[in-house]
Amino acid sequence: MMEIKDQLFTGLHIYLAAIDHAKDPEIETRWTHDPEYMRMLNPEPMRPLSPAQLKKKYEAIEKDEDRHDLFYFTIRNRQDERLLGFIRLYWVDWTNGNGNVQLGIGDPGDRRRGYGRETLQLLMQYAFSELNLFRLSAIIAEYNQAGLNLFLKAGFSEEVRRRQAQNRDGRRWDVIHLGILRDEWESHQGSSA
Amino acid sequence: MIESLLEGKLVRLVDEEPEVISKEFSRWGRDSEYQRLLNFDPAFLWSEKKWKEAIESELGKDNPREYFFNIQTLSEKRLIGFIGLMGIEWNHGNAWVAIGLGEREDWGKGYGSDAMRLILQYAFNELNLYRLTLGFFEYNPRAQRSYEKVGFQLEGRQRQMVQRAGKRWDVLIMGILQPDWQNTQLGAGLSNP
Repeated sequence: MMEIKDQLFTGLHIYLAAIDHAKDPEIETRWTHDPEYMRMLNPEPMRPLSPAQLKKKYEAIEKDEDRHDLFYFTIRNRQDERLLGFIRLYWVDWTNGNGNVQLGIGDPGDRRRGYGRETLQLLMQYAFSELNLFRLSAIIAEYNQAGLNLFLKAGFSEEVRRRQAQNRDGRRWDVIHLGILRDEWESHQGSSA
Repeated sequence: MIESLLEGKLVRLVDEEPEVISKEFSRWGRDSEYQRLLNFDPAFLWSEKKWKEAIESELGKDNPREYFFNIQTLSEKRLIGFIGLMGIEWNHGNAWVAIGLGEREDWGKGYGSDAMRLILQYAFNELNLYRLTLGFFEYNPRAQRSYEKVGFQLEGRQRQMVQRAGKRWDVLIMGILQPDWQNTQLGAGLSNP
């Protein structure tokens, strides 16, 4: 059971924060030059983005947030406050209580250190106990095994397998839709705490 | 070459005048069951004027991610619904299909399957897509049988994704691949040499 005073945006090693329009573009531009990072995240054709492009993108994100169907957070390290990645809740459907989650840790050296896991815990807590959503979904390609493991370990289940829905490097890959219901999150919390 | 790319046994796919479409769309919307079978949004009522303006604002726009058509009966040249491809990912050869038949007297008479066969032909033989996806609600059991009839396979269900009439319902996802579609065409002797 959460209390009103419990912090929604602060974890043990990371915290969620708003975009830093001055500093973040210089960091994220490096990530966008990494094909592996970009392709794990998105089905769109990969392309690098300049700091100027990213500034525009951040402005568009903040404009979209005014519609209240998008919640975008940057992830930062508590020790040195450096930018680690982002997590967003998008296509929030208030009528039916649904939201979609996407998460990226930009620097390869920061992956597999538990930052993603901690971030996802915070986001689920935010979605279920602050936004009062009923369920969350995530869409992940078959070749992103680390992403799939992260969501499965957090209590998501595989719900749909869109066969051969992506074409990359000369072969086709399935795209997997995962989901978690609020009551599953509640009982999973007890077991993994 | 295929001569009847947009013409089936019962219906043809056309592009009607905005004043004709807006009149029908406004009227069909008064059937809330039609709307609830169609999508996630809360049922709404739009005037003919609002529909016409929405349709006209799309005129002349080249949207490479969407192809929508009106469904017209061959016998009486009546406008009975719409069908379209959306969310096209050209790099992966994917799209989503949406279909709606506005007149309930026209349900269950094969018009939908006929239109679906045409959109498959259009997607695979004209746009050269590789796979199509569609989704429908658990409370629409007729949908699955009709989509199976034209070759779609069930790929999973997003649990309790929609809340309607005080209950939560699954969203079922089906897909069809171009090679599977082509085989059924050959099997049925329908393909043109």
